Amino acid sequence: MLMRTEVERLDAEAVNSARKRGPLYAARTKIFPKRAEGSFRRFKWLVMLVTLGIYYLTPWIRWDRGPFAPDQAVLVDLAQRRFYFFFIEIWPQEFYLVAGLLIMAGLGLFLVTSTVGRAWCGYACPQTVWVDLFLAVEGLIEGDRNARIKLDQAPWSARKLALRSAKHATFLMIAVATGGAWIFYFADAPSLLMDFVTGQAAPVAYFTVAILTATTYVLGGLLREQVCTYMCPWPRIQAAMLDEHSLTVTYNDWRGEPRSRHAKKAAAAGQVVGDCVDCNACVAVCPMGIDIRDGQQMECITCALCIDACDNVMDRLGKERGLISYATLADYNSNMAIATAGGTSAIDPTRVRGKDGKLSERMAQFRLGKILRPRTFVYCGAWSLVGLALVYGLLTRDRLEINVLQDRNPQHVVLSDGAIRNGYTVKLLNKIPEPRTIVVTLEGLDGAEMFVVGLEQADRSFPVTVEPDRLKTLKVYVRQPREHVEDIAQSFRFVVEDKASHDTAHYDATFTAPEHPK
Amino acid sequence: MSEKQIDEVSGVSTTGHEWDGIKELDNPMPRWWLWTFYATVVWALAYAIAFPAWPLINSATTGLLGYSSRADVKNELAAVEAAKADYVAEIAAKSVEEILADENLRTFATAAGSATFKVNCVQCHGSGAEGGPGYPNLNDDEWLWGGDIESIRQSIAHGIRYSEDADTRVSEMPAFRDVLQPGEIQQVAAFAASLSGMNADAEMAAAGKPLFEQNCAACHGESGNGNREMGAPDLTDAIWLYGSSQAEIAAQIRSPKHGVMPAWGGRLGDVAVKELSVFVHSLGGGE
Repeated sequence: MLMRTEVERLDAEAVNSARKRGPLYAARTKIFPKRAEGSFRRFKWLVMLVTLGIYYLTPWIRWDRGPFAPDQAVLVDLAQRRFYFFFIEIWPQEFYLVAGLLIMAGLGLFLVTSTVGRAWCGYACPQTVWVDLFLAVEGLIEGDRNARIKLDQAPWSARKLALRSAKHATFLMIAVATGGAWIFYFADAPSLLMDFVTGQAAPVAYFTVAILTATTYVLGGLLREQVCTYMCPWPRIQAAMLDEHSLTVTYNDWRGEPRSRHAKKAAAAGQVVGDCVDCNACVAVCPMGIDIRDGQQMECITCALCIDACDNVMDRLGKERGLISYATLADYNSNMAIATAGGTSAIDPTRVRGKDGKLSERMAQFRLGKILRPRTFVYCGAWSLVGLALVYGLLTRDRLEINVLQDRNPQHVVLSDGAIRNGYTVKLLNKIPEPRTIVVTLEGLDGAEMFVVGLEQADRSFPVTVEPDRLKTLKVYVRQPREHVEDIAQSFRFVVEDKASHDTAHYDATFTAPEHPK
Repeated sequence: MSEKQIDEVSGVSTTGHEWDGIKELDNPMPRWWLWTFYATVVWALAYAIAFPAWPLINSATTGLLGYSSRADVKNELAAVEAAKADYVAEIAAKSVEEILADENLRTFATAAGSATFKVNCVQCHGSGAEGGPGYPNLNDDEWLWGGDIESIRQSIAHGIRYSEDADTRVSEMPAFRDVLQPGEIQQVAAFAASLSGMNADAEMAAAGKPLFEQNCAACHGESGNGNREMGAPDLTDAIWLYGSSQAEIAAQIRSPKHGVMPAWGGRLGDVAVKELSVFVHSLGGGE
């Protein structure tokens, strides 16, 4: 049905809004989101392209690390306990770097949420991105909203079967690709792909792909908005981070109400009419199945597609865009106060417009500067501090380390000539992908010498070769002649040095002796 | 309780349970949750059929898949044995000297020997092989019967004073209470203590010297350095198996104690004995 203003009225219902929702035992009401057009939709396509691009392509980027390390740019090598990220290589004990990144991600989420609301939900969450992809596929195969509703209601026929099969087959293909891409982060991608296709890969690879295929297909292809509304804790948590200056997708009822399906007729009859023509375009495009005009609600992921839909309608009606817009609660309240004369009357949209019929200058509009407030700076500051600490940690971390464990059973041994011997398990960590010759030296402990099983000569210093990117464990015995033993516990130091790079590390150890050596 | 009550605020029916005016809402489970619950029920049933589940009088149902955790363990142990097979074969074929010279083999044998030691040897030698009065400390560099790898292997395989093994190491120090007077025993003890530089009465020690040469030097040597051929300990060093006080030395001269170590060759087999030898040799005193 077309009006004279050529706005199509859509027979859409907000099936998922709290107002309309039946008891939880009730069957799910299907949602058939209409395809939206506009700047936010274009932005979402871009985000999808970038995020999916990163996800699918990253494992295939190569990065030369020399002959002793893998050449995959991003690799989580679980078998060897190494994580490679471009020029960074992380050992398990350096996991604090990853923990720091997670803290940064958390703070970043706080920052984003407190300023631009649920942008994570609306644009970047994998659930959103994949559902968006699945909806696009569904639209390509089955057509837009009306065609899909018709197909859904139609009895089973060859055509319906063909379309549905094609759709679910494509869904499954996407799901397999999604699960498949995941495993490439954990092994050399090209060889794993060959192994995977030829059936040579490890069972865990097939198992992982199967599980991720299932979750992608079920959560993204079938459950969709149900995941966000019922399963995800994040919408509940996120609400705690919003304040009155956070941007949310808002229906500006101060200019929209009272809505009227026949605005001109009503206006001619002297009734007060708002901008909303009740065309339901905002409801039809909503992937969450809600009506944004009910106000802010937990189900809304702020994907902003209703803004696109409404803006198109406003354009056609010749009215200002932004009947639905990103707005802060503070702005909304101040505008609402104007429209209702401080809450003393019902909304009268004439109060918000000047004599020329344009929106009055008094109406609060969002400006980018409003994002800057103390909270923003606190989050930014905390985020940068963690970031700087990580960069500092990364730049100053040791590439050569020594760990020493003193034998405790027995703590010391008396030798036949009365000398005291202590045993130590010395671990040398060569954290670079090159073999190194490392010199271990004893510092302090007068007259003492080290000897190592497998090495001939006892000495105060000896060289040892450590394989690239490996840990070498040595059993080192330190022996001190009786006449030099000064105390039951003496401090000394193991010093290691790579003569080539002059990397050094040391470990402060203790040498123990019996109180009355026999 | 019987009639249905509706909570005014939420419009949801209550269970009828009330505590201090607070009523419990009767919200139904979400459907996806319910389906998940049904799925777990189906899973449980399928599991009970596919895997051993129902206890019977003497055993349990075996399940359609024929799974058994005992078979699992057996397979895993077999896999471990298979993984070790190459090393074990090499150890069986090579001499202990050759094992010691091969770094990989030495590392494997040390680890295996350490495990065997913890089961069979710690009862006497201690968990750190530190020994105790009458039980030699295996960490130090004094060896009654020799500290090279082959001598250690020989001692472990055939034992010491172990009558059931024909090749066992045998030696016995006579009880000198039948030979020497009590005073003479004290003099010999003083001389023995002076050999390793311990404080001893000089007169007594001087008097003990000729007695030592007459009675002890045959086994312990003129200068008291001992003799590994017959397991006679070195008396000049700082290590005393039965204590270093003069009273303890005198007691050992008067009526010596002799430790017995069983032969392990027959019990543990050739490979385990070789691994044990490498482990003991690695403790720091190996020659």
